[in-house]
Amino acid sequence: MVSLNVNGKNYNVDVSEDVPLLWVLRDQLKLMGTKYGCGVGECGSCTVHINGKAERSCAIPVAKAQGKKITTIEGLADNHPVKRAWTQEQVPQCGYCQPGVMMQVAALLSEKPTPTADQIIGKMDDVICRCGTYLRMKKGIQTAVQMTRKEGK
Amino acid sequence: MSPTLSRRSFLKITGLTIGISVTPLGYNLLNAAEKKDLAAFGPSVWYQITSDNKVTIYIGQSEMGQGVLTSQSMIIADELEADWKKIQIKQGAALEGFKSPLFKVQVTVASQSMRGFYEPLRKAGAAGRAMLVKAAAETWKVPESECKAELGTVKHEKSRRSLTYGQLCEKAAKLELPQNPSLKKEEEFRYMGKPMPRVDVPEKVRGKAVYGLDVNDGNVKELKGMLYAVIAKPPAYGAKPVSFDQAAAEKVGGVVKVMQIPMGIAVCATSTEAALKGRDALKAQWDKGKIPDLDDQYIEKTLLGDLDKPGPKVHELGDAKKTLAEAPKKLDATYYVPIVAHATMEPMNCTAWVQQDRCDVWASTQAQTGDHELATKISGLPPEKVFIHTTFLGCGLGRRTRPDRVPEAVTISKALGKPVKVMWTREEDFKYDWFRAPMAHRIQGGVDAQGQLIAWNHKGASISITKSVNPAAELKGGIDWYNLWGLWMGPTEPLQWNTKIQYDIPNFYVEFNLSDLPIPVCPWRSVVVAQHAFAIESFMDELARVAGKDPLEFRLQSLKNNKRASRVLETVAGMAGWGKPVSQGQGRGIAQAACFGTWVAHVVDLSVDKSTGKIKVHKVFVAVDCGPVINPGPLVEQMESGTIIALSTALKEQVKFAKGGVATSNFDDYRIIRMSEVPEIEVQIVKSTDKIGGIGEPGVPPLAPAVANAVFSATGARIRRIPMTPEVVLAAIKNKST
Repeated sequence: MVSLNVNGKNYNVDVSEDVPLLWVLRDQLKLMGTKYGCGVGECGSCTVHINGKAERSCAIPVAKAQGKKITTIEGLADNHPVKRAWTQEQVPQCGYCQPGVMMQVAALLSEKPTPTADQIIGKMDDVICRCGTYLRMKKGIQTAVQMTRKEGK
Repeated sequence: MSPTLSRRSFLKITGLTIGISVTPLGYNLLNAAEKKDLAAFGPSVWYQITSDNKVTIYIGQSEMGQGVLTSQSMIIADELEADWKKIQIKQGAALEGFKSPLFKVQVTVASQSMRGFYEPLRKAGAAGRAMLVKAAAETWKVPESECKAELGTVKHEKSRRSLTYGQLCEKAAKLELPQNPSLKKEEEFRYMGKPMPRVDVPEKVRGKAVYGLDVNDGNVKELKGMLYAVIAKPPAYGAKPVSFDQAAAEKVGGVVKVMQIPMGIAVCATSTEAALKGRDALKAQWDKGKIPDLDDQYIEKTLLGDLDKPGPKVHELGDAKKTLAEAPKKLDATYYVPIVAHATMEPMNCTAWVQQDRCDVWASTQAQTGDHELATKISGLPPEKVFIHTTFLGCGLGRRTRPDRVPEAVTISKALGKPVKVMWTREEDFKYDWFRAPMAHRIQGGVDAQGQLIAWNHKGASISITKSVNPAAELKGGIDWYNLWGLWMGPTEPLQWNTKIQYDIPNFYVEFNLSDLPIPVCPWRSVVVAQHAFAIESFMDELARVAGKDPLEFRLQSLKNNKRASRVLETVAGMAGWGKPVSQGQGRGIAQAACFGTWVAHVVDLSVDKSTGKIKVHKVFVAVDCGPVINPGPLVEQMESGTIIALSTALKEQVKFAKGGVATSNFDDYRIIRMSEVPEIEVQIVKSTDKIGGIGEPGVPPLAPAVANAVFSATGARIRRIPMTPEVVLAAIKNKST
């Protein structure tokens, strides 16, 4: 039995400790927003926050997430600047990778509210999008930064 | 917007319901009230106005990010003069009638959602508006000409009366449907041509959009007790299992059943993890397969070797050979385009539930009709008892036209009597892809004393797409027209609209061989147009230099009768400032291609690090002419997206083969383009009132040759193959100096 705290809720799930967190989120908790893309931590589609940091849920055994605060795309507030910016800039095309991408961006912005171009590339080169929405992502990040700045004042 | 995933989503006929029914000769508009039962009704696209004053639009085309749900709905809403705020858009289930007016089957391919549906959708919307206006006029006993439809209401200005569409729909449904209603004039368009946010975006951003792989008993209640299945499959083409440890797999906790099926050895379990562990425990061993020494070199040697063999004649105009022999200036060049993968972010998967009296299939699919046929055959149920539920697609790129995962899920579900989800891992998604067809070309071209292109002798070789998807198919004269789109269309011309070489060449000869390789191929964003464009547009650039002409001028000389190709070239040249010096150390290349009724030209600015061979693309200009524009947002998005994926293939992508099968395994050894490598992209839409074209694919083909041409301009080194990796670039630079 593994206990997890996901999006502020506690769960006890009957799974072995080495199961990647991704499959527990999807198969047991039915949180389907976190996507499987590669299973080896290369594409970023499965990105969630663990204690506020962006992590690849496909590469983390569920036992390692015990006692930590896990946030998935469903737990990121609908009025979060990244979600609003992604809607405003029409970032997603097929959209499959975007939950992971948005979690990656949200973690970046919580650490660096006004990231430099290099800092953005540094983090965003860890994700891939087959539709090639990278330019929209860049725009979305700028918009989210501006929204946060405006609303913070 | 949400796909109608539940089995209970079948509609009831109420209010005013209008559909488009595709027939062998064209299409008809239908008023559902005249039809007794819906199964016989089966329209291609339909919409319903109900007394609660809502308009619901059902779209049969698959949404993969191209914005089809929004753009098709915009056309109906505009002609219907509906209030966009009151519209619900739903993904239609696969029904007999959800067919493309162009292809007569339900598919989302060949960029045809607009070119196939533009006119029928306009008429369907306008017919509804005409009926609602007539219903209002009859209610008020005033002439129809005094009534006007406006944003979901019919108004009678004189008496200041108005009725909503919801109030009028029941009465309107009793009227006769006009087959040729009068359409709006362009200046009356309310939505068409204006940027409308895509309706699929909000739920994608919330993480609530359901893709094929997401289907489970959480979002489709009927799937309670669903099992997860993975299949062990041969590592080499044609390999048969030698041994596998069924008992070991069945001992793994959560594994319910291990069974051999035609596609491999299926392991079914109560979770994804258990299924994967069970498959590992199988330790399946396979024999060496059909061609044990199949590898990258084997493939390349076969294709290039087939250029030296005589092949079936595809097209002949004038006398290319004689003209070439006499031409004052000529060139002979060979190009190679290797195999690339679709690598859609959502790996292949399918969920099926075969019961005694019905079969349900949930799939992220581009080809519902084909899926339906296979599910019907395997389930053994009558076709009307088989239902395909289309989810969102985690990218399509042509890969989801292949139904391979559908028979897997249906076979297993039928055997177990339970709902089953079949999942492919990323490694399988690469290994069992139906790849982009590789291609080799040898072109001989000649110019006259004035530098005008006068002769073109083309020999090509590729793997047949038709034979790959249907081994029983007979190819007339040994020609697979599918593999020729982008070069010549032959008898497929009526459907594919200008998907051919654009230049006027007085002496033009084409032969094309089909290589005997066991590698499955299928369409890949632009089908094969990009593989042809790479050779054609690289060659045009080389030949321009032989002729002593500027590459743009040389192209325009042979496009005098081709207004649309000339216009995109001139537009992109204007955007980039063609002819003016480029920045120090940079090179600039140009290319154009047309497919599926749309013309695109690219200019690429880049620099090459001559010590490492690394290409850095700084800026790409794109000009596009697709005729009337429905939703400009997605048009620009598709141009950006097509440019970026094409850049990925131009610089990075090649599937590796070894030991008779695919050696590429995952995104760590199949690198695709990432943010740091993406240049700035500027898109300009050429205003055009010509016939409407597609937008999903045409942004791809001209990009790779424009990059090769820019590399030549930067370094003087000509690269005749992709991907232009640093090693390839370095070798070309070295080759030039020796």
